[in-house]
Amino acid sequence: MAPRPRGATEPAAERELLSAGDVARTIARMAHQVIEKTALGSGTATPPVLLGIPTRGIPLATRLGARISEFSGVDVPTGALDVTLYRDDLRRKPTRPLEQTQLPTGIDDRVVVLVDDVLFSGRTIRAALDALRDHGRPRVVQLAVLVDRGHRELPIRADYVGKNVPTSRSEEVSVLLSDVDDRDAVLLGERR
Amino acid sequence: MKHLLTTDGLAEDAATAILDTADELKRTLLGREVKKLPTLRGRTVITMFYENSTRTRVSFEIAGKWMSADVVNVSAGGSSVGKGESLRDTALTLAAAGADCVIVRHPASGAAHRLAGWLSEGGTSVVNAGDGTHEHPTQALLDAATLRERLGALKDRRIAIVGDVLHSRVARSNVHLLATLGAEVVLVAPPTLLPVGVGSWPVTVSHDLDAELPALDAVMMLRVQAERMHGGFFPSAREYSIAYGLNEARLGLLPEGAVVLHPGPMLRGMEIGSAVADAPQSAITEQVRNGVHVRMAVLYHLLAGDGGERG
Repeated sequence: MAPRPRGATEPAAERELLSAGDVARTIARMAHQVIEKTALGSGTATPPVLLGIPTRGIPLATRLGARISEFSGVDVPTGALDVTLYRDDLRRKPTRPLEQTQLPTGIDDRVVVLVDDVLFSGRTIRAALDALRDHGRPRVVQLAVLVDRGHRELPIRADYVGKNVPTSRSEEVSVLLSDVDDRDAVLLGERR
Repeated sequence: MKHLLTTDGLAEDAATAILDTADELKRTLLGREVKKLPTLRGRTVITMFYENSTRTRVSFEIAGKWMSADVVNVSAGGSSVGKGESLRDTALTLAAAGADCVIVRHPASGAAHRLAGWLSEGGTSVVNAGDGTHEHPTQALLDAATLRERLGALKDRRIAIVGDVLHSRVARSNVHLLATLGAEVVLVAPPTLLPVGVGSWPVTVSHDLDAELPALDAVMMLRVQAERMHGGFFPSAREYSIAYGLNEARLGLLPEGAVVLHPGPMLRGMEIGSAVADAPQSAITEQVRNGVHVRMAVLYHLLAGDGGERG
């Protein structure tokens, strides 16, 4: 099978798991959970730093951050963390272009929330944890994902999950976000 | 990409991919405590320098180390080359010892090409770090990275390369790369320091620096390579400096925002005035800084993947 960019095209014969409205409601719910878990409303807590993992983790982090700011009245710094240089499968695939890394602030002693679209094997998050370690020492690292589709290959779990979706390995979950795609949706289809 | 031997024929998307990777590497390393990436762990890079060099060798060594490759330096002086071993045998020895990549500088034009031919079978990559008066591709890439940083896209930018073009591998590599990236290149040099066949290069040629300066976006000064000169190429150093040196008065002729580059090592007072080298228009120290990121990017593209083209 030819390698295809992650989530770049819609799988064949897809089924819609989340509609545009569902995506918006899910992000809003996750924002409330982040506020609650990081005690952001209490007035004394330093706001968490949201770091999106390219590609779709970045717009997701931006939206989640906007919701959190809206509900809590506290500005939440958001940025991007590329994990390409830390992946464990680099030598198994053709050279990948690097994506953007943009840390909005120092992360030492902060609560960092990693944001990604789909949690699958957990290897991307493992790479992200290694990348974070080279940027500083956060007080806590949490993980927010829009979809958890199972099939973990490492002992990693998410703190905030938009939707749990039982899948088979032959299936593919595609998250579409209007920032990069033509609309908001989460689709499930057979891998091509 | 298997080897980096020349910028002649390096496709625009391949060159842009390296430059984009270098930009991201620079951004991701900015202000970090740990300037080390695990990407090339377990890969071995050997630098093999048959000519003197400070910045290129150090730059490659730092680039390799920041990517976590194991870097071994071989210089002609301290190796079996002094005992009469041929380039081919030395190279095969290094490959047999486990080199994934050999970075070579050699006084003979074409040495890197020959090396790549000998080493391709074993899967060792070759990077040309300067072969005679032929090419020095990573220098051209770091110059392009520096220009992109200062000027933005290079399409339709007018860039002069001034001085000893004849002996300059930096000039050759830059001419090809800048043309590929869409820039207009002007060579400014005395007729004696232009190579035969310059008419077939994608450039215009001028002998009058003052006339060119007001229309330039960047000017790249070349070192006068006395070590490669056997004969009279110009009457005297003083006369050369007066006609082709970038002094303060000439700096004033450049438009605002124009950039001054020099690949180093520079001869202050000869091809470039001391005050000019330290002026705000000068990007000479940025060139060195970008050199590390560009060479990291080159090593990444040569060594990180499985060797296949991206599908």
